[in-house]
Amino acid sequence: MNKARQNPLNTAAMHGALILYTLIALFPVFVIIINSFKTRRSIFREPLALPDAESFSLIGYQTVMKQGDFFLYFQNSLIVTVVSLAFVLLFGAMAAFALSEYKFKGNTLMGLYLALGIMIPIRIGTVAILEMMVATGLVNTLWALILVYTAQGLPLAVFILSEFMRQVSDDLKNAGRVDGLSEYTIFFRLVLPLVRPAMATVAVFNMIPIWNDLWFPLILAPAEETKTLTLGSQVFIGQFVTDWNAVLSALSMAILPVLVLYVIFSRQLIRGITSGAVK
Amino acid sequence: MQTRRIRWHIAVFLAPAVLVYTAVMIFPLFNTLRLALFTEVDQTRVYVGLQNFRTLFFDPIWSEQFWNALGNNFWFFLIHMLVQNPIGVALAALLSHPRLRFAALYRSAIFIPTILSFVIVGFAWKLILSPLWGIAPSMLDAIGLKSLFAPWLGKEEYALTTLALVSVWQFVGIPMMLIYAALLSIPEEILEAGEIDGITGASAFWKIKLPLILPSIGIISILTFVGNFNAFDLIYVSQGALAGPDFSTDILGTFMYRTFFGFQLQLGDPHMGSAIAGAMFAIILVGVCIYLFGIQTRMRRYQL
Repeated sequence: MNKARQNPLNTAAMHGALILYTLIALFPVFVIIINSFKTRRSIFREPLALPDAESFSLIGYQTVMKQGDFFLYFQNSLIVTVVSLAFVLLFGAMAAFALSEYKFKGNTLMGLYLALGIMIPIRIGTVAILEMMVATGLVNTLWALILVYTAQGLPLAVFILSEFMRQVSDDLKNAGRVDGLSEYTIFFRLVLPLVRPAMATVAVFNMIPIWNDLWFPLILAPAEETKTLTLGSQVFIGQFVTDWNAVLSALSMAILPVLVLYVIFSRQLIRGITSGAVK
Repeated sequence: MQTRRIRWHIAVFLAPAVLVYTAVMIFPLFNTLRLALFTEVDQTRVYVGLQNFRTLFFDPIWSEQFWNALGNNFWFFLIHMLVQNPIGVALAALLSHPRLRFAALYRSAIFIPTILSFVIVGFAWKLILSPLWGIAPSMLDAIGLKSLFAPWLGKEEYALTTLALVSVWQFVGIPMMLIYAALLSIPEEILEAGEIDGITGASAFWKIKLPLILPSIGIISILTFVGNFNAFDLIYVSQGALAGPDFSTDILGTFMYRTFFGFQLQLGDPHMGSAIAGAMFAIILVGVCIYLFGIQTRMRRYQL
């Protein structure tokens, strides 16, 4: 390294800029969380103060627990996200294997067809999706959401996974064939374990948009028993606008699961993005 | 080898993905475009050709809303391009600096807003900017700029820009990460060759790194474009389906939602909603085509 790159003044300026932006990024989250633990009076009197013995209060959380069915919402979100992810990964990997492993007529065309959905948002087709879900009686069921998110996630999953599957050595697969393994066994036993890192990347990419989506829960499954956490907190906050304790607590409770997931998966996510899987 | 036999396993591998994708994504997409050519008279569906589009573009009541939403959407996009992406590039340039300490920590922290839902982001900023609570005015007061404060979300002239900036705050992590990845992939030898020629520091960024990351900036631009033209959630959460004040924050997503789903006194009209979806589809398609054929193919890619 030469000296020009390590000017201490420069380094200080760089840290200054990054710290400033980090504060901007975290400040709103911080303010919401600390105020959710305070009494109404101190929320307004000293919004930036940390809760202390005098101002500490859980009244907001009590309201949320009493009035909103957040455990049900959380459970719905969890079911929808996990099942959709499982389908995206399984179906996506199977299709990616077919596209990357076999030469057949229309292979390229099929690849292009499946890739269309990477750029075209599924929301454009909402009117017909709603009509279809009404006709099949799936409206206000979690299945409606699971199907939509599976379809939404598949194009990118197939694209990323087939890139990775092309790198799996042919010798390995052919050795399996010589040993008399069926194509299905080769896929499930030999190839899938080798592309596990790519599967993790796909899962992390899909997880956040599915968990956070408001549009489809609002349109396809707005019933009380199928509300997701995102929709549930939106409706709850809309009803309790004037109850600041409840609103701040509901927001904090919505932030918490995402933050926990982020802490667990952030390495995977950042590695996924920076490994250039989406190019 | 196996040419004469039908290889069923290929069909089995492809079937689930192709079926779900076709049934839930491609078919509804075209069905929506088809529905745009119909209207409902006495509870039966009647084919009216392009009449809905004529209404949307030329009928005074509809066209005013449509062009308003479209114009707002372009402004929304422009702010993202002018604020989000330069900030993202700048942060990435700082983070990719060799031997910067705590880089991973900054990176993870700055990415946090991106993982939060629109519901959280929308309400959180609504509270912070609220004149009732007073966080924003008292903070401005602290740096002597209190006179600048206004209830931004409640003013027609500021509301859309404010929301666009909130959205920028939320999503700046994505350009930052992608550019960061692109910068890391630049080989050290190229930078050292530049150093020997006396190009260091800022000029190394402008003259060497920036040209090399242009393809990533292109990808970010098209992602921003597609994301902005089907945006809905943030506006709906913070301003409601009427996209107030007085439709000043209405974008195509909220306009389509109101039209096809109905809101308050307005009855839902799936056919006009489909027409709006058709217009959104056309806009996104044009954007993607410009990117694919106009920008991506002409961009010079350097062999690294």
